[in-house]
Amino acid sequence: MNSHAFTFCNEHLLALPSGALFWPAQRLLCVSDLHFGKASRYALHGASVLPPYEVHDTLLRLDQDIVEQRPKIMICLGDSFDRVGASDDLDPRSREWIIRLQAGVNWIWIEGNHDPGPLDLGGTHMHEVTIGPIAFRHIALEETATGGEISGHYHPKVTVRAGKRTITRRCFTTDTQRVILPAYGTYTGGLNVNASPLSTLLATNAICILTGAKALPVPRSKTRS
Amino acid sequence: MLARADDPATLLIAPTGGGKTMAGFLPTLNELAEGPHEGLHTLYVSPLKALASDIKRNLRRPVEDINLPIRIEDRTGDTPASRKKRQRADPPHLLLTTPESLALLASYEDAPRMFKNLKRIVIDEIHALADNKRGDQLMLALSAIQNMCDGLRRVGLSATVEDPATIAKYLARHPDPCDIVMADPGPDPDISMLQIAEPPPWAGGGAAYAIPAVLEQIKQHKTTLIFHNTRAQAEIFFHNLWLANEDSLPIGIHHGSLDRVQRARVEAAMVRGELAAIVCTGSLDLGIDWGDVDLVIQIGAPKNVKRLVQRIGRANHRYNAPSKALLVPANRFEVVECVAALQAVKEHELDGDPRGPGPLDVLCQHILIRACAGPLDPNALYREIKSVGAYSEVTRASFDDCFEFCATGGYALRAYDKWKRLLQRTDGKWILRDQRAAQRIRMNIGTIQDTDTLKVRLKKSRGGKPLGEVEENFAASLTEGDTFLIGGQIVRYEGLREMTVEVTRRADKKPKIATFAGTKFATSTQLNQRILRMFQQEAWPELPAHTADWLTLQRGASILPRPGRLLIETFPHEDRHHTVVYGFAGRNAQQTLGLLLSKQMEQLGYDPLGFVATDYATLIWGLNPTTDPEALMNPNTIEHGLEQWLAGNALIKRTFRASATIAGLIERNLPSQRKSGRQATFSSDILYDTLNKFDPEHLLLRITRQEAMRGLVDFGRIRLMLDDTRGRIDFMTLPRVTPLAAPMFLEMGRVPIKGAAEERLLAAETAALMATAGLG
Repeated sequence: MNSHAFTFCNEHLLALPSGALFWPAQRLLCVSDLHFGKASRYALHGASVLPPYEVHDTLLRLDQDIVEQRPKIMICLGDSFDRVGASDDLDPRSREWIIRLQAGVNWIWIEGNHDPGPLDLGGTHMHEVTIGPIAFRHIALEETATGGEISGHYHPKVTVRAGKRTITRRCFTTDTQRVILPAYGTYTGGLNVNASPLSTLLATNAICILTGAKALPVPRSKTRS
Repeated sequence: MLARADDPATLLIAPTGGGKTMAGFLPTLNELAEGPHEGLHTLYVSPLKALASDIKRNLRRPVEDINLPIRIEDRTGDTPASRKKRQRADPPHLLLTTPESLALLASYEDAPRMFKNLKRIVIDEIHALADNKRGDQLMLALSAIQNMCDGLRRVGLSATVEDPATIAKYLARHPDPCDIVMADPGPDPDISMLQIAEPPPWAGGGAAYAIPAVLEQIKQHKTTLIFHNTRAQAEIFFHNLWLANEDSLPIGIHHGSLDRVQRARVEAAMVRGELAAIVCTGSLDLGIDWGDVDLVIQIGAPKNVKRLVQRIGRANHRYNAPSKALLVPANRFEVVECVAALQAVKEHELDGDPRGPGPLDVLCQHILIRACAGPLDPNALYREIKSVGAYSEVTRASFDDCFEFCATGGYALRAYDKWKRLLQRTDGKWILRDQRAAQRIRMNIGTIQDTDTLKVRLKKSRGGKPLGEVEENFAASLTEGDTFLIGGQIVRYEGLREMTVEVTRRADKKPKIATFAGTKFATSTQLNQRILRMFQQEAWPELPAHTADWLTLQRGASILPRPGRLLIETFPHEDRHHTVVYGFAGRNAQQTLGLLLSKQMEQLGYDPLGFVATDYATLIWGLNPTTDPEALMNPNTIEHGLEQWLAGNALIKRTFRASATIAGLIERNLPSQRKSGRQATFSSDILYDTLNKFDPEHLLLRITRQEAMRGLVDFGRIRLMLDDTRGRIDFMTLPRVTPLAAPMFLEMGRVPIKGAAEERLLAAETAALMATAGLG
């Protein structure tokens, strides 16, 4: 298996190399920060006309994860759309694709700072949701109450020295209280786990799980700024 | 120059320091002396900001002496905004500027008013612009300005070049004629190799063996310029020079990554004649008047005869006496190269590679700039662009592709019909859909790609003294405690704070990390051909004995490479089979060849392990011997391998980023935006991968592939070499390392060949880190 298994709130979770999280006991798949429509926001503001393929590319990867994990519950953890109204501008093919993926799945859109309003797509729209001991919300709370929290928002990435090379990857971060997911969308950047505000949010003994061909854990304290 | 004042275009070619700049201004001063002129009369464009202010100083004196009512001002990136604004409302008679500032001026809606009365344009150091994208941008801007005024006349001022006609074609409005005026080239330079008792080392580029001899020369001359090919070499040499400088001769260092304040201090000291020597790089290549230089020393083979001649011209700038220059080869092979270069200088044979048609990324930027200035008629714009020499052959289809890219992105998936960048009005002209875009486009003007650099500062509580800059990749490779050279001093890496490298001073004698990357020039085709011809001589009386003996040994053990043929040697050494391909295609091409041949060898089952490349050969080692050189050098499979390799390669991604920035797809990385925690931006690599996956025939990918043929990938020269030697391979199977191959075993920069290496490396490293943290 290329995924990395870890225990969080006594639950067995899998960090997939794609950047998605799978909770086998619940058959729950979770992705964060898809940022659909980012390219069109650039175009809208007259900034640039970026290659308009980011929705297709993100959906291709999401499709593959769904086919492999066959989830019952799908949680999109906020900033699924890059701006309010971006879902209206989806091309018909992408819209149909999303609808096809939703078939037979309890699909939950958690709202994020980029997409606070409801969407005109199927599925449940929620501010946050708690399943078992774990709360799913877009932005991590500074103080977590009882139980654990899974969030996104910060687009964590990590830099590791291997041999003579410096390699940077998107990553999950985990400690006893929080899991923060990497951004899943194709056109997304990242924030180094050692940079503020991520650095203050994470426990010093946090583990980062690199995405790529294989999900690889590494202690945050051993990564580079 | 006065006799030709009314010609549409004139190219004046004179050696460095021939007073050609003043000659270029003569007709202007003459015309302005005849009577008052309203508004801008003459534009002066130079590749260097410093040159513009230098010329302003030099011009003002004669103008004030004869009391001419002429206003002279400069306009560069450093000019305050208030003055820039005033210059647009009330332009001076003479405006001294740079290509980028001129392109920016042409992007304003009021440009036609500003340039209405323009009569002349003088382009200084035109040879330094004609071979790059800055020059393409300049000539495109000029084509627009030409249509805003009547009878604009162009004057180009050039140092000695190999092919004046090419520059003339570049300068003139197509198809206007352009006269070439050749000034007296002056006496031949007094140029030779620095005689040093000790033979140079077999490999490397430091030339440390020459330090005592160089110091001796410095003592005997008033001011010596010591040129190096890379910044790193300049730093190391300067450091060694100071260690040996027992008389405390005043010696300075000057290169592009030093802090601006430091550079300015060295320049000022030099003008005052206070320095005995300056260790420098190409940052001193262009013609600013630096005072009384009476000796130029070139450390390392010059790689390119034209650049050597221009550098030599820096000595005796003011007098009609021969320039004095000394060459110092850094290793044994460079001895041959230096002698070949000396012969070329004597025979006045300069080198240069033809440049091909104007690049389309610059054209895209130009279209956007023109759209900022007002409604755009594509037909008129196409005609205007065809009047630029470098773009005179551009097809309507290519132009339309570029226009389409600017308007909609030009993607196979029509996604932006709602948010086009350019909209067509009912009268057929095109305008920016969102006027705010004009501001962004102007911010992005320019074609120089800054490598991402980080400032280096001494660590102090409130920000210490700035020392200079290092490349981001280099900074990323440092760990705390590493020591390296900058500005001639050894510093210790302490950490990275807010995009600044913090260091402390160290008194060590030797830095731990020897180099930081700099440009690696490739030896020119002509120079390499000359070396191959030299190899065919019976004996080499012109070479020092140590080098002649080396070549004789090679002739005994194997053969020497021949022109028009390709020598491949294969021999065992230390349990590995080695193959040397003497392509003489220049460092970048030989490097690319190494990557392609190792792929090829993997296919042929030779199990390659690594390779190293120099300007003349590539050495590949592996587990099995090379048996089929024809299959190895098959041009079709090499070309096919290139395409595959390019798709996933870091170099091509860098090339893509440069072209995408110039073409306006992504915005220049402004230093102010490069905060460490940038979550919002994503790397251009993602765009490249996405385009490659979904739209592989997109204009920008086509441009990127074209760019890759030259520059760092330099496949153009591999193709040239293959065509030149097809079917004529000298394949030598030998029992041991040959004399010519031996120095390659000492070369730095060996490239390991990796299959699925990165993931494996990463897996091992992360596991080790988990284990050390007690988590394994």
